[in-house]
Amino acid sequence: MAVEEPLEKWSTAVAAVRIGATPAEGGTRAREVVLGGETTLPFLHFEGATPNKPVVAMEVLDIAPREWPEVLLKPFADVVDDPAAWAQKCVKEFGAEMICLKLEGIHPDSGDKGPDEAAKAVKAVLEAVDVPLVIWGCDVDEKDNVVLPVCSQAAAGERCLLGTAKEDNYRTLVASCMADGHALIAESPLDINIAKQVNILVSEAGLPLDRVVMYPTTGGLGYGIEYAYSIQERGRLAALSGDKMMSPPVVCQIGQEAWRAKEAKATTEEAPQWGDAEKRGPMWEAMTAVTLLQAGADLLIMRHPDAVALVRKAIDELMRAG
Amino acid sequence: MIVIGERINGMFKAVNQAIQDRDKAAIQDLAKRQLAQGADMLDINVGTAAADPQSAMKWLVETVREVTDAPLSIDNPNLPTMKAGLEACSGRKMINSTIGSDEALDTFLSLAKEHSAMVVCLCIDDKGVPVDVEGRVEIAMRVLAKAMEYEIPMDDIYIDPIVLPVKADQTGPGKVLESIKQFTMLSDPSPHIVIGLSNLSQGAVDRKLINRTFLTMAIAQGLDAAILDPLDTELMDAMITAEMLMNRTIYSDSFLKAYRQR
Repeated sequence: MAVEEPLEKWSTAVAAVRIGATPAEGGTRAREVVLGGETTLPFLHFEGATPNKPVVAMEVLDIAPREWPEVLLKPFADVVDDPAAWAQKCVKEFGAEMICLKLEGIHPDSGDKGPDEAAKAVKAVLEAVDVPLVIWGCDVDEKDNVVLPVCSQAAAGERCLLGTAKEDNYRTLVASCMADGHALIAESPLDINIAKQVNILVSEAGLPLDRVVMYPTTGGLGYGIEYAYSIQERGRLAALSGDKMMSPPVVCQIGQEAWRAKEAKATTEEAPQWGDAEKRGPMWEAMTAVTLLQAGADLLIMRHPDAVALVRKAIDELMRAG
Repeated sequence: MIVIGERINGMFKAVNQAIQDRDKAAIQDLAKRQLAQGADMLDINVGTAAADPQSAMKWLVETVREVTDAPLSIDNPNLPTMKAGLEACSGRKMINSTIGSDEALDTFLSLAKEHSAMVVCLCIDDKGVPVDVEGRVEIAMRVLAKAMEYEIPMDDIYIDPIVLPVKADQTGPGKVLESIKQFTMLSDPSPHIVIGLSNLSQGAVDRKLINRTFLTMAIAQGLDAAILDPLDTELMDAMITAEMLMNRTIYSDSFLKAYRQR
């Protein structure tokens, strides 16, 4: 009598979301990146397919970072005032597959830049690099609603990933994404019920779910990562078990959360017992990333080049295991 | 929850008429409406009135297949009509049903193997429906052992504890609920557990209320499939809510709508 192999059989797949339009599709990106598409839990190659490997996008700000520790600023010291040069360095020197342009400078408390200036930065980055682009607002809804539509238009046809849309603020961004051919980041505050609701709302507003990436909010290592992990895992189990509304792939803000931790940003002098800050910070960021990869993260937004290199190596090994 | 739409059944007057008139549009409309309301599979039953049940089954299956790729449940107690239905059915299909006696299981499980079909196994044997829970569990265990012998994947086995009209025996529903609970512990992964819901309220008043109340109770015990009327909106709403309350689906403020948008 044959023994049945105890493999999980999943009924559905994670949606595959394409970011970046090549010249053949009317854009100027050298190639597209596909997020998601898994038919099993992370890296269980014996059970299903992981057709697209998780991708790291390197974070670039539109203003010189104000709160980044020395260790993190060092690799970008010559470019922090110029988002285009910064993006170029990430791609050329550090091999970034995607760039995430975070518009911190539009925040009312850190520059309050207007839509035209933000759109200029978007255009400059698009011209400087040919990888797909994520455009991330400042998290102040009123400001995002004014600035992001203009940035969206400036990047029309490039199939960027634009965000973030929330439960009570999604219509403007959905309209922009639909008009300009972008994909949308749907954000929820570490709450799986709201994560699902935002997806329902944006899909009802007309954006197909294969143009949505979920941002369920990220917890850094030591600061709520377990909570983020279990929410992502539960979402992924639902996505694979037939819940279409949970099917979009997942983006994590790795760098932002990891570098909030004092364990990452304390200098060697401040905390000699924790070892060399040059190694400790990037390790903290890499550990946050590798942990959330196992919860199903499809796009990791990261900062330090050493952390990026470590995580890309880990991804390659995890993908090879199949 | 796996919903098997019950409406394409020759026992319904309109369906019987459509079969006699070979009225494709009427049958296809019924198929499409059930799918739109949340049916995952469609039951195909020619009823008892068809003059030539085999050709009626073939026609019904082919007619429905023209409008959907959803799995079809070929519902007939007679082997020749069952075979006619299975042969006419391309794609995924279900044998509905076999009883749990050795002889019937040998016949229908080998047929399931041959057609890579799912199969509903009723907790009935040569002696009829067991009067108690233990008798039902014993039949279910026999079914699972046989299914392994025939190398039928557990995911293709649907155990039916047999729902009888509550008006005839009020102790029946309680026994069915206890049986469902015990079936879930028979194997890991457990087989699917299915009921023919509408039979519960045969001859009673407030049929819809009885059906939907029992469905939610059965879901709480582990039921994961039912042959029912997906066009009954209140029934579907109760089912969706019960699944959400059992934490089998993720709550969202639009949870009823979300289920229907699958």
